[in-house]
Amino acid sequence: MADVRQIVIDIISDIAPDEDVSNLDDKKSLREQLDLDSMDFLDIVMELRKRHKVEVPQEDYPRLASLESCVAYLSPKFAKV
Amino acid sequence: MNDSKRIVMTGIGLTAPNGNNLSEFRKSLLECRSGVKHHEIRYMGLQASGMCDFDEFKYQSKKLRRRGTRAGSISIYCANEAILDSGLDWNSVDKSMVGVFLGITEHGNVETEEEIYQMHQNNLDWRLWSPHHNPRTVANSSAGEVTLNLNITGPHYTLGSACAGGNVGIIQGVQQLLLGEVDIALAGGISESSQTFGIFAAFAAQGALAQHSDPAKASRPLDKNRNGIAISEGGCIYILERLSDAKKRGANIYAEIVGYAINSDATDFVNPNGERQIQCMHKAVGRAGISISDIDIVNMHATGTGTGDVNESQAVRKAFEDSSKTYINFTKGHIGHCMGAAGSLELAGNIPSFMDGMVHPGMNCTDLDPECAIKNLVINEPKFLGNVNYILNNSFGMLGINSALIVKKYIA
Repeated sequence: MADVRQIVIDIISDIAPDEDVSNLDDKKSLREQLDLDSMDFLDIVMELRKRHKVEVPQEDYPRLASLESCVAYLSPKFAKV
Repeated sequence: MNDSKRIVMTGIGLTAPNGNNLSEFRKSLLECRSGVKHHEIRYMGLQASGMCDFDEFKYQSKKLRRRGTRAGSISIYCANEAILDSGLDWNSVDKSMVGVFLGITEHGNVETEEEIYQMHQNNLDWRLWSPHHNPRTVANSSAGEVTLNLNITGPHYTLGSACAGGNVGIIQGVQQLLLGEVDIALAGGISESSQTFGIFAAFAAQGALAQHSDPAKASRPLDKNRNGIAISEGGCIYILERLSDAKKRGANIYAEIVGYAINSDATDFVNPNGERQIQCMHKAVGRAGISISDIDIVNMHATGTGTGDVNESQAVRKAFEDSSKTYINFTKGHIGHCMGAAGSLELAGNIPSFMDGMVHPGMNCTDLDPECAIKNLVINEPKFLGNVNYILNNSFGMLGINSALIVKKYIA
């Protein structure tokens, strides 16, 4: 079973390397805790596709708001790949 | 002339393959220290080229570096260094009256090649094409990255002018100051060309890519055995101001820009036209209101190609035949061809002559091609002139664009 939380954190670390991702609150929105903009979220979607063959349709982007929602939304997708 | 109509250089920020500021660069030029090394070029293996080793994160976050381009990174470094060097109180500067004008040879090749490469690594899945590709490859991107980094809200754009770009960017800065569109111009040229294999491959296809077992000797303008261009990256940005403003704030003034010209060969895609080059140099001298014999130093474009060097040597020989006191050098033997940055970088390398009275030598010309012989050619050893008052800088490019820029020692 993929560690979806860690996968998302690894991607964020790569696209926002200046940010400290060691103490993220899973329930809080990522944008509240990190300097991320809409282009960064496009990068997250792109990296999920490139590295893990996981697709996130545009209407589902809001479901990547927090680490908790990322895990809830992405885990079934990772289970399929 | 009214001081508000005179344009001066008050700051210089640069990165070259052999120096990351003016003093390092000048020292390397005087001591004939090459910045050309063997670098691995995608698909082609080791090639002689010049890469810069400045600290990309000195003025830029890692995230924005990743989002932007190498050209933008070079530009941001040079712009910040130039501002620091100028002594401007940046916080109190009206950013709406600052403009960024950067000459480029080309832009977008590096980013496009990388995207295509990545697509090929991923079964041609076009959906992996980066959303950053468009902002990275629009032609204004390097100048735009500078405005984002420094919160500049005046005009910004690049000037696509092949390898004349460095001079053309400076000339645009001068014109914008004279028009009153800006009070401060960040102007010069930049290049990321050595990061793209396509430019290497194309010069190889032309039979004009420099080759030598010792990469430091690959670029050898005017030498009988020269065999082409060593492709390099780099950047050089000047702070330009009206003399009246520079005096008001007690700025250190490197030089005054007194003459310039840009013209077109209208003869060939790649081969130069010596007559047009002479016309360009003469036009710049005329605009400066001086005579040919007032010019102390001419920095040749001299790329190290067979035809180009012969053409320009003939042009310079003829243009300066009536001057016994004009000395000639070139810079690409040291650093290779920095493309869009070449003009502004090579001018910067010569500006310290106003202070130290030396002419830096052209490097790697150990067996001078008789067809390139010019009187007062300074090669392999620096020449002490003492008093240097005027420097003329040539920069030419494909599609027949010629530029000549003349700077004068500023005496308060």
